[in-house]
Amino acid sequence: MASNGLKIAIVGGGLAGLAAAMKIAEQGHDVDMISVVPVKRSHSVCAQGGINGAVNTKGEGDSTFKHFDDTVYVGDFLANQKPVKQMCEMAPQIIYLFDRMGVPFSRTQEGLLDFRRFGGTLHHRTAFAGASTGQQLLYALDEQVRKYESAGKVNKFEGWEMLSLILDDHQVCRGLIAMNLQTLELKAFNADAVIMATGGPGMVFGKSTNSQTCTGSAVSACYQQGAKYANGEFIQVHPTSIPGEDKLRLMSESARGEGGRVWVPRDPQDKRAPKDIPDAERNYFLEEKYPAYGNLVPRDIATREIFQVCIEGGGVNGENQVYLDLTHIPAAVLTEKLGAILEIYEMFVGDDPRYVPMRIFPGVHYSMGGLWVDFEQRTNIPGLFAAGECDYSIHGANRLGANSLVSCVYGGFVAAPSAIDYAKNVERKNTATNGIHAGELKRQQEINSQIIKNEGKENQYQLHEELGKVMTDNVTVVRYNDRLKATDEKITELQDRFKRISINDSNLWATQAVPHARQLWNMLELARVITLGALNRDESRGAHYKPDFPERNDEKFLKTTIAEWSAESPVLSYEAVEIGLIEPRKRDYSSGKKAKAAGAQEAKDAGLPLKEGGATQFVAEGFEQKPENTDRQNIVNQKDAQIKDGESFLEIHENDKS
Amino acid sequence: MSETNGHHEKKRLTNPPPTVDIKIQRREKPDAAAHWETFEIPYRKNLNVISALMEIRKNPVMKDGRPTTPPVWDMSCLEQVCGICTMVIDGRVRQSCSALVDDLLLASGGNTISLKPMSKFPNVRDLRVDRSRMFDHLKQVHAWVELDGTHDLGPGPRMSQETVHERYAYSRCMTCGCCLEACPQYHDGNYVGPQAIVQARLFNMHPSGKMNRDERLEGLMQEDGITNCGNAQNCVQGCPMSIPITRAIYETNREVLIHGLFGWLRK
Repeated sequence: MASNGLKIAIVGGGLAGLAAAMKIAEQGHDVDMISVVPVKRSHSVCAQGGINGAVNTKGEGDSTFKHFDDTVYVGDFLANQKPVKQMCEMAPQIIYLFDRMGVPFSRTQEGLLDFRRFGGTLHHRTAFAGASTGQQLLYALDEQVRKYESAGKVNKFEGWEMLSLILDDHQVCRGLIAMNLQTLELKAFNADAVIMATGGPGMVFGKSTNSQTCTGSAVSACYQQGAKYANGEFIQVHPTSIPGEDKLRLMSESARGEGGRVWVPRDPQDKRAPKDIPDAERNYFLEEKYPAYGNLVPRDIATREIFQVCIEGGGVNGENQVYLDLTHIPAAVLTEKLGAILEIYEMFVGDDPRYVPMRIFPGVHYSMGGLWVDFEQRTNIPGLFAAGECDYSIHGANRLGANSLVSCVYGGFVAAPSAIDYAKNVERKNTATNGIHAGELKRQQEINSQIIKNEGKENQYQLHEELGKVMTDNVTVVRYNDRLKATDEKITELQDRFKRISINDSNLWATQAVPHARQLWNMLELARVITLGALNRDESRGAHYKPDFPERNDEKFLKTTIAEWSAESPVLSYEAVEIGLIEPRKRDYSSGKKAKAAGAQEAKDAGLPLKEGGATQFVAEGFEQKPENTDRQNIVNQKDAQIKDGESFLEIHENDKS
Repeated sequence: MSETNGHHEKKRLTNPPPTVDIKIQRREKPDAAAHWETFEIPYRKNLNVISALMEIRKNPVMKDGRPTTPPVWDMSCLEQVCGICTMVIDGRVRQSCSALVDDLLLASGGNTISLKPMSKFPNVRDLRVDRSRMFDHLKQVHAWVELDGTHDLGPGPRMSQETVHERYAYSRCMTCGCCLEACPQYHDGNYVGPQAIVQARLFNMHPSGKMNRDERLEGLMQEDGITNCGNAQNCVQGCPMSIPITRAIYETNREVLIHGLFGWLRK
């Protein structure tokens, strides 16, 4: 394939980056792809559940508009609506494209794509490939991009980490500097445009459900060079993850959908095996506090409750863990319905959850915030684009399940033509010879030299642990202003101590100490953005919850937080949210009542909430499956709920009653 | 997980040692000689090999008190789905994230765990290897579906769930290299190996992928192709994703034979 002269650099080779690379190469342009790991090993492989797209193959009257409404509502109206609507409209095409690429999506008996239910919607809208949809989608794009790599259109730099952007005198992005992770060689990558597709910053919290590569480091570097970072304070914490020594592994919501019960011993120091603790000495705190919803309260509420119990010392053994108990359900039923996820638990913890209650704890899972972009995925730096989890554009204050994969691909598919368009029209200066590349290369080399030279007493891994702990304790589920202030002080203390770290590795060949130090500094910078964004937002919205400000405050805070770097501290400002299509309404999970499946149909027929108002409907996440467990139903019945045996377990909300 | 009527209580490490010795094969750089270093870490419950390595990295001092450099290894997802952290642990190739210290001690009966890099790939440093040739082999067998374009052309071909089921099993390959490490025929890239054959099979089974079947088969008919398979069947036993590798090799071998015998008639 002949080159037509444009060169676009993409940082990150997950779903978003590969989606963009495929589109750009298809148009005949050249791509340099920079990735810290071989792209096939990117974090997108970890996504399990599926990918949303309203194709309505089940005859349920689903539509892309309903997908749009669900996404905006779950996000507590903080997302600009235009790109969300566009994404939902593109979603069916995205799924069909992956189908054509050969993704082994599950099928119906007619051989059509099968769709399953997921949280936050009434419809079968989620296409899935076994329990590893993210892996399958990533591989499909990896294969397509490998084809272009064979043809010489895509040049992969795997094992390279981006350190900074190359900006000219007018703050225009002209490329980037990356470091070879074996040789520590620094290289300037000239490019007509740069697309960031580096995923989330989970490592800022030490342990999360994210991969070790999800440091947010490259995005933080962009921020420190003038890119705006938006809504950093919105971090989704998943209620059930498996605490590990090394990371938190996700335990899918379907465990509770199948009847899993969350409890702690009433005496946290109870040393008995869980099966020996009688019911009366167990605290089923979700069922007690939310008799109607029980263990299937929405994700943010379950997360808050579990977190609170543990913070108050009520976790199992007084530690940060509660039981997620499936042992009352016959083992054969569990194997049939939940086999794959139970295997993960057994593999890593060693206990068989069919016989021993799982120990789980909420885990940092996803960043709704990220680089600020306009509706064409352009950041505020000319020539710099962003797509995927590293941009802020789709999910508002909270992400709908199975929307992450589709938003990655959408972002890549929009960023690619947008970057091409920019690259075609940008005025080219002879940037290779005017010294800006050499200047930036030298600046980065000096930072590396300083890190290598330092011989202080501080240990960078210790600093990272302290950062993770203070962030997890204070900037995740429940947030208080005094603690947020103290956290920011702690981060600046860590920044000060960072100057006295010693890398502790005399062998610089393939050392991980220098890259880790670079990442750590960038994580510290990003941690301040997240913390101060949370401090300033005196309201509760989506994943951001302050007991001192428990209500959503649209008047003051229906706004995007924008953080801009300065030497002293992030500078925060606020931008109005585009709400042209769906007027904000209260996001309310507490006033719902149990209803039969027929009730769900009525609500569905009632139509969608539009600007004019009207009845709204919502199904709490995880409500799609009726619990098998009769014990649980007895309890629910005692609590005067309206579930009847043999009927669907759907939840209907009536909002906007006025 | 096996189907059981009753709970087979997992064999537990009931009397854990106070400390665990981690023996690591070190190599400073590709052309340097390898040597062993032993580290001692305090025993904790729920340790896996990765968290043991993290502990050592934080304070790289050998058991005998001599300071050394932090060991280098690769890790990313830690959920046994990215494949990057593969190494040889107590003589068996596997992912280090899912290798639990308790299980390893129980199996060996001692308090030492040995870690070595995979032997079939260039050793970069310590436990890190370069598996890029596995990706090159995927190019050789054209492991992709040829598209008319990425614009909207509607859904793909219909397929039975049965076919999807078999393809899904092949599609879970995470290019970790366990099958190549286990294969007695595979050395220094002399053979594309089981993983590439499985991927050829994956795409040859797809209704549109099939249209480029000949290119894939020809990729497997070269000197380093499928005839190198010695049928040792170590690959299928070593695969952490339980991929039916030998089935893919069998089916592909059949296709290659037929293509070799009659393919010229279609030219």
